[in-house]
Amino acid sequence: MKNIFAVSSIVIKELYRRKDFYVLFILTVLICLVMASVNIFNDKGVIRYLKEICLLLVWIASLVIAITTTARQIPAERENRTLFPLLAKPLTRTELLLGKFLGCWLASGLTLLCFYVFFGLLAGSREHHWPVVNYLQAGTLHWVMLGVVIAMTLLGSLVFAAPSSNATICFVIATGILIMGRHLNKVALHLPEPRRGILYSIYYAIPHFELFDMRDLIVHNWPPIAWQVCGLATLYALAYAAVFLIAACVVFRRRALN
Amino acid sequence: MKESHSADQLPVIEVKNLSVTYRVRGTRQPDKLAVKDLCLSVRSGEVFGFLGPNGAGKTTTMNVLLGFVNATGGDAFLFGTNVREPIARQRIGYLPELTYYYKFLTAEELLRFYAKIFGIPKAETERRMDAVLKLVELEGARKRPIKTYSKGMQQRVGLAQALINDPDLLILDEPTSGLDPIGRMKVREIIQRLKDEGKTVFFSSHELGEVETVCDRVAILHQGELKVEGRVCELAHQHQCNLEQLFLRVIGYNNGSSVVRSESDLKRDQFGPSFQHSTIPSLHSVP
Repeated sequence: MKNIFAVSSIVIKELYRRKDFYVLFILTVLICLVMASVNIFNDKGVIRYLKEICLLLVWIASLVIAITTTARQIPAERENRTLFPLLAKPLTRTELLLGKFLGCWLASGLTLLCFYVFFGLLAGSREHHWPVVNYLQAGTLHWVMLGVVIAMTLLGSLVFAAPSSNATICFVIATGILIMGRHLNKVALHLPEPRRGILYSIYYAIPHFELFDMRDLIVHNWPPIAWQVCGLATLYALAYAAVFLIAACVVFRRRALN
Repeated sequence: MKESHSADQLPVIEVKNLSVTYRVRGTRQPDKLAVKDLCLSVRSGEVFGFLGPNGAGKTTTMNVLLGFVNATGGDAFLFGTNVREPIARQRIGYLPELTYYYKFLTAEELLRFYAKIFGIPKAETERRMDAVLKLVELEGARKRPIKTYSKGMQQRVGLAQALINDPDLLILDEPTSGLDPIGRMKVREIIQRLKDEGKTVFFSSHELGEVETVCDRVAILHQGELKVEGRVCELAHQHQCNLEQLFLRVIGYNNGSSVVRSESDLKRDQFGPSFQHSTIPSLHSVP
């Protein structure tokens, strides 16, 4: 376990010493503050739109940070040749991958914390209402979902040669599932066989990221969901992350390093 | 030190009939034989030079020793443990060729990270870090990010990471590659000091002069096969030439360029194997 934590600590250091996070955070903050300063049509309910846009930006930024950070981990180790002195030490390839996963996941968690704290302050300052439990549930499930995205991107970084192509593919898949995932079964209903069967298979095979999307809960100030549901969603995400990580470990163990 | 090795000492590195074949994917070319039936033994306290032209199989052999590549035939052992076991790497330090260490870390952070992987306690890590940074002359730059280091300094931080676990065996892959003469001299001095401390050093290099200076024994590899192995002084005496001349001879390089060789090959084909063309330098006449 010490090896996994050692590797993850390097990933976290990398995140806060690079500019990516700061650029996206400052950009999100600026856009949200500019929008918050404008009261369109003197509508008191405009805060809902502000919250919706701000959360959308948080989701986009978190996906970009999680995917780009993960996509470059193994390729950068190869390119800079740091993989060799690392694996020449008593560290297995599985430990390295798990360390990278943990580091990326924890780093994404830290960025999410910053984004949600900012969002909470912004929304609270306008609404004078602090639904902390809602934020906690939304943030936790968001983070858990990012775990699946990170595991998927880690597998992609071993399959695709270029980090940029891997990042693009993973971003398209993640946003595609978020937008279309919940509708696939409805589309499948209207299709003839064998396309119906194929679409249903895809529907049941993909990780349904939309289950982790609690934005409506915050935007409309709905009551928090049951913690058991959060727990089940977490287990669902962990199962998918485990599948992707096992596949990544198998690919990495078979892959020649040179 | 050279004479202190007893014959019954357990070899630090032992390679037995090692063969490595690479599959050439996506083409119809046959598999590439990178190393062929290599047998090698390095004893404790030795500085062993592993020589050969590019593509000779040096790095592949090192990769097998480090567990990066699985051998297709034969076996390799470090301290008597098969290299397939991760524990075999506990007592080694490895410096790869041209590595660009994590730019966002300082030398101290890098060494702490590697020390953590070896499970070295914190107090011991600090003590070793001071010692290795002093050895590689990076004390003044220890708190600076690696991205601000020159190439020579990066190579020396690489040496520092290879030494952080106080290894009994150092495997160095072209440690002076790409360095200026001062950088080379410093790395050579460090190897010399490690040798004086009784460490076993196994290194590959194209700098035959420095190999001659620091190595006790050398092996020359060509096209995956071991061509020559022995003590530097004995080889020089036996072949009546220096290491560079021997190296050129072993890899079949003639001063008269490959055109001359092709010509002579044609003549040999014409007049039989006993033909000696006057333009082919004899073994002793290679400059």
